Amino acid sequence: MIDKKPILELLEISKAYPGVIANNRVNLEIKPGQIHALLGENGAGKSTLVKIIYGVQRCDSGKIKWEGSEVSQITPQIARKLGIGMVFQHFSLFDAMTVEENIALGIPANLANENLYQNIIDISEKYGLRLDPCRYVQTLSVGERQRIEVVRCLIQNPKLLIMDEPTSVLTPQEVDKLFKTLRRLSTQGVAILYISHKLQEIIDLCHVATIMRAGEVVDTCIPSEESPRSMAEMMMGANLMTPKKNERMISEKPYFCVNNLNHQSTMENGIDLKDITIQAHKGEILGVAGIAGNGQNELMEILSGEVRASDTSSVSIDQVSVGGLGPRKRRENGMGFVPEERLGHGAVPEMLLWENAFLSGYQSMKLMFNGFMNVAKSREYTEKIISSFKVKTPNVNVTANSLSGGNLQKFIFGREILQDPKVLIVFQPTWGVDAGSAAYIRQSLINIADRGAAVIVISQDLEELYEISDKISVICEGNLTKPKIIENISVEHVGLLMAGIKPLENDDLGDQ
Amino acid sequence: MIRLELRGQVSERMVYCSPFFAVIMTLLSGMLIFSFLGVNPTQAIITFFVEPISSIDGIAELCVKATPLVLIAIGLSFCFKANIWNIGAEGQLTIGALAGGGLCLLFFNSSSQFLMPGMLIFGILGGMAWAGIPAFLKIRFGTNEILTSLMLTYIGLLILSYLIHGPWKDPEGQNFPESRLFQDAALLPIILDETRLHLGWIITLICVPVAWMLMTYHLIGFQIRVMGMAPMASNFAGFRGKNIIWISFLISGGLAGLAGTIEVAGPIGQIIPVISPGYGFTAIIVAFLGRLHPIGCLLSGLLMALTYLGGDNAQIELNLPNAVTGVFQGMLLFFLLASDVLVRYRIRIVSFKNKHRNIG
Repeated sequence: MIDKKPILELLEISKAYPGVIANNRVNLEIKPGQIHALLGENGAGKSTLVKIIYGVQRCDSGKIKWEGSEVSQITPQIARKLGIGMVFQHFSLFDAMTVEENIALGIPANLANENLYQNIIDISEKYGLRLDPCRYVQTLSVGERQRIEVVRCLIQNPKLLIMDEPTSVLTPQEVDKLFKTLRRLSTQGVAILYISHKLQEIIDLCHVATIMRAGEVVDTCIPSEESPRSMAEMMMGANLMTPKKNERMISEKPYFCVNNLNHQSTMENGIDLKDITIQAHKGEILGVAGIAGNGQNELMEILSGEVRASDTSSVSIDQVSVGGLGPRKRRENGMGFVPEERLGHGAVPEMLLWENAFLSGYQSMKLMFNGFMNVAKSREYTEKIISSFKVKTPNVNVTANSLSGGNLQKFIFGREILQDPKVLIVFQPTWGVDAGSAAYIRQSLINIADRGAAVIVISQDLEELYEISDKISVICEGNLTKPKIIENISVEHVGLLMAGIKPLENDDLGDQ
Repeated sequence: MIRLELRGQVSERMVYCSPFFAVIMTLLSGMLIFSFLGVNPTQAIITFFVEPISSIDGIAELCVKATPLVLIAIGLSFCFKANIWNIGAEGQLTIGALAGGGLCLLFFNSSSQFLMPGMLIFGILGGMAWAGIPAFLKIRFGTNEILTSLMLTYIGLLILSYLIHGPWKDPEGQNFPESRLFQDAALLPIILDETRLHLGWIITLICVPVAWMLMTYHLIGFQIRVMGMAPMASNFAGFRGKNIIWISFLISGGLAGLAGTIEVAGPIGQIIPVISPGYGFTAIIVAFLGRLHPIGCLLSGLLMALTYLGGDNAQIELNLPNAVTGVFQGMLLFFLLASDVLVRYRIRIVSFKNKHRNIG
């Protein structure tokens, strides 16, 4: 494999957007049959590079060579003709159509003929991608939907398959299946460009990794010879700290409780919550795992009070019912929240940092004076957040959207934690956050639990939950499982629960 | 093919400069139009924009005209900041004028010093009541406030028409559809001798800093801004969306109603079939030209008032049709919107031919 000629070569590719250089003289070489990882934090320039390869964006300068000869202009049509297939992070499927119809829509007309049905079955059998062409997409799980996208690419006989963060929506078991398929493709000579920031996956799967930081290629490595930690450090260009868990006092009685809560979703295509029971103790971190779209949004809304439960007695703090209260009153009762969406939910993008500090802190930090905003005091509070949570910003008078994702998330965490909540509920705390900030945020969650707060972390990131949680529950289709002490439950077991399969009481079941 | 491409970063300074560009472009295009009409463009611009304010009397007139525009525009700014589209200020002005003027007609013999302040308060309440209807409908039934507030404007105008053709018609008015002339105690005092400049202008000047404080530093203004910019963040903070809808509608309705009463108790002095030459609609332009900021509204209100005066002057001096006023206001809005777009986007000219070659 090593002496083969590269199928795709990128030479000195540069691309600038107004105000930011997304790619700076990037060189990349992919050989047939190679599974090549493209690794980097958010904003490192991975997506831009991939878009250039697939012809969605045009580079400002540099050359692209395909099978040794230079390609001057790439558009998605040309890319497909050359043999480049791409599976996007967000699927482009029509729910009300069958698998076959969806595939027919995305491929050249000459392939969408009467043989298509048989083709789909052949390919799905050949690569172990079980798929029934007659099923309607709306009845399929996320993993199955992804298979449609993969089959749609494979039907066009690609020589290079690009996959953009394919595992972020899959259970561990589905990930295993996908990897088997990818390995099989690789042995048949298909090159795969695999984009991810999940390090363990890259070590398990990829032959070579190219690491990008701030638009430039900073390193290449053989993942099997590296550890997740060493690769993370290459990615960040700095040393990584791992969160430390301490022994701590856990209250005997639960402090924050949800009792047998049933709730109909207010969102379109939402998930109804069924008989949810949560008991959060002081000094304890409860993790809620689950695949996106299984009721996490609804759960967060109910816990924060943005949507109120019909049975107001079902939510309580320290045996005082708070189910009928809105977010403001719940904060008065010692709660703090960090929603999933930073811009537009946790913070107002166009408002200044001190105004955003005022947003949730004006009551408990007493930032108001006779109904007017106390600007000086708000600024002081913002300064305190910035210095104690190491937020990188020129001053408190910049807008929230000018901060990077990680810095803004640190700011939002600081804002909530400095109000000293007794109950802190966070949703996807490190989603889209750089590795350094993520480690910092996880440590601060552990610290506040050390100080005696009850913490609930709703997250899709199992690695994260295993790193910080004391107990773990799984949400699936609006049902929440009983919490298990984290040391007593295996990742495989959690994975099965996430997929809605009730495993036997024997923990290590392995792949089914 | 022309394509608009999003700029990476929007320059804060340009956002505030764009109204000035709009004014300059309006002047230049105005000169072009004048020269097409066979009028000396420089002369026309002077007639339109300089002559009306070259005397004390002219400046006083400018302030009289600007008073309702600025008041309404400030109120509308609160709504628009919250992303609530109250475009029925004209109706709220009319009902406010009827409520305030009605109080005067009810006590037409009174010379109490409380009459005029009472009228202003009634005017505010009348405007609030009329603005409260679309607010209620939006909260209770989720109706679109653009439609309801606009339709209520026409209802308001018909109520005005009914009252002055019927019950409120001046018994000694030779059957003209006009109310009694208001007695002196009901009129706003003149603050500059020999002009029509009245107390309403002072009220407006007080409203500007008060509204600015309220909008920028009060919790109410903060809630309104958060709701307009990020409704989810408003929920997150625990602000009540319903209350914000009520408050912004009531503020804008109240100020429009106040403007209506000021008109009938000021320059008009009675209730007549046409109380406002579309102040409630023009104020929408004023609010946006003033960047939804009270001080901006003051400046743009003065500018817009000038187009009214200039239009009158051009009609007299240059025999130009009164529609020139509308043309200028329209151009101003057009250029403002255009410069706002160009602050955020850049124009890219994409060759059609090239594109085809790439695909083939």
